[in-house]
Amino acid sequence: MSAPIEAKGLAKRYGSFTAVEDVSLTIEAGEVYGLLGPNGSGKTTMILMILGLTEASHGDIRVLGLNPLRDPLEVKRRVGYLPDSVGFYGTMTARQNLRYTGRLAGLSGKDLDGRIEAALSRVRLTDVGDSRVNTFSHGMRQRLGLAEVLVKRPSIIILDEPTTGMDPQATQEFLELIGELKAEGNTVLLSSHLLGQVQAVCDRVGLFHRGRVVLEGTVQGIADRIFGGHYRIDVTARGAAAGEALAGIPGVAQVAELGDHRFRLKAKSDIRRDLVQQLSDQKVDLLEMSLVEVSLDEVYNSYFREVAHAA
Amino acid sequence: MPRRGGSPWKGLWTVVGKEMADHFSSVRIRILAGLVVLSAAGAVYAAIGNLRDTVGEDPFLLLHIFTTARQPLISFMAFLGFLVPLVAIALGFDAVNSEYGNRTMSRILSQPIYRDALLVGKFLAGLFTMAIVLLALWLLIIGLALFFLGIPPSGEEVIRAFAFLLATLVYGGVWLALSMMFSTVFRQPATAALTALAVWLLFAVFWPMLTSVLAEAFRPENGDMITAALTQVKMQLTLARLSPNTLYSEVALGLLNPATKAFGPLFLAQMQGVLLGSPLPVTQSLLLVWPPVTGLVSAVILLFALTYVLFQRQEIRA
Repeated sequence: MSAPIEAKGLAKRYGSFTAVEDVSLTIEAGEVYGLLGPNGSGKTTMILMILGLTEASHGDIRVLGLNPLRDPLEVKRRVGYLPDSVGFYGTMTARQNLRYTGRLAGLSGKDLDGRIEAALSRVRLTDVGDSRVNTFSHGMRQRLGLAEVLVKRPSIIILDEPTTGMDPQATQEFLELIGELKAEGNTVLLSSHLLGQVQAVCDRVGLFHRGRVVLEGTVQGIADRIFGGHYRIDVTARGAAAGEALAGIPGVAQVAELGDHRFRLKAKSDIRRDLVQQLSDQKVDLLEMSLVEVSLDEVYNSYFREVAHAA
Repeated sequence: MPRRGGSPWKGLWTVVGKEMADHFSSVRIRILAGLVVLSAAGAVYAAIGNLRDTVGEDPFLLLHIFTTARQPLISFMAFLGFLVPLVAIALGFDAVNSEYGNRTMSRILSQPIYRDALLVGKFLAGLFTMAIVLLALWLLIIGLALFFLGIPPSGEEVIRAFAFLLATLVYGGVWLALSMMFSTVFRQPATAALTALAVWLLFAVFWPMLTSVLAEAFRPENGDMITAALTQVKMQLTLARLSPNTLYSEVALGLLNPATKAFGPLFLAQMQGVLLGSPLPVTQSLLLVWPPVTGLVSAVILLFALTYVLFQRQEIRA
């Protein structure tokens, strides 16, 4: 079986403006893939091409082995899409809204009603299912949008900026929902410009910059590429010549003193066990030690600093 | 361009059902429908008052209810010519742009349907809504006529009145297609509504003045007086027929006034053997109104096709 989404050399131009340029990516079944990048970097255009709502200027795209322009109905039947700041018919209730799109998707009767109830309870909106969507907050609308996607029981779930504009608690809840979907083996494509929020749920990420995928891989893999594969360890140690002692430990590539007995080490591998041993042998008091996790924000800033330097 | 799979009509009736439910529950349409019914009832009541005196002598009593006016009211026919465009515009002016405004467009089009189903569905829903309002109105009038005049209409009268109902629906379709076109072109519903109303005002009020001025201006200078006058009249008529209002009033006149035998200027020679004031049989009247009806239908098709092309080319991203 082919991968759920396969793009080769995809490009989209609006007149002289290039929205997406030569993007090739493959999304495997059961993974959560994060499309990351600042606003206007081509993420939404990419998604619209996957759905067949926009025609690519160049290149080839296969969704579930189908061409989204040749078989748009079959592709849209099997792909659930939650657009960027989704809207609903305000004068209709949540259930009516879901029933309308469910019918458009070709569902009906008891089957549809059952799916709607299951989806509503999944996103915790059962109690307000008969309220008009007018009265819903932004977070509730996004959750209702996710419910609509779930009603379709799609093979691929595409979420465009799902957490933008949500308060931290709503964001956390939403990310937990995505985590549950992932645990059930769904294929999810997630776009966001908020890197820190999605790194926890994404298996792999693609970094968009001006319509191109400039970096792709796991969060850790990208960090390795940007930071040269170093582990970074923060150490607080007291003792005469603690700095020299640290630098002398095998495996330590670099020591930077941060002041107040704190040091940041760069190492080729996770040498925390060795550190403890060596420091106690050299009579240096180890007060605190932690491995620095790489956040995507850092990757991002670091990457764009490189680009700016190169330019 | 690859050939696309699947039917363009999938989901059409779901859209029609939802849109009609929206129309009938919207305050806007309820107010307008109420206005139409009230003004029509007023006009008909006045007409009935006038007709009571001549009940015995009139072979086309029912039809005269549609056409008789009593000052200061205008006839029911004229009321419809005036109000149906308003209802149609109210049904169509936010059809497409409100989907962008609500940010529902991408959600709906990511369902397994083609854009065709959405646009055609919205148009049909508007048309059906108008059909229901007009049919109710039509039955109301026939009922009133039976009640107050006490004479059942003849079969021929019913055929003519029903043909008039259909023609009114087509006329409404022109304005519905026009307002839907503006709703596709303009992203703001208010802009679309005002533009559609401006066109309506142009045809309802200014077009008759404009045509006479233009025909006057282009009247040939040389040649004999009669040819020049005839050219002017013909030109004015041609210009006037560009307006759906003119076409509709010709259809209404041809159907509701059986004595109508032609819409343009006639020479005395053409009138040879014509019994003035005598009614035409219903088939002949239908033949007479065939050209203006064709004009109205083609206007609907043309406007809808244009809307269709514009909508298909539109970017989904709001």
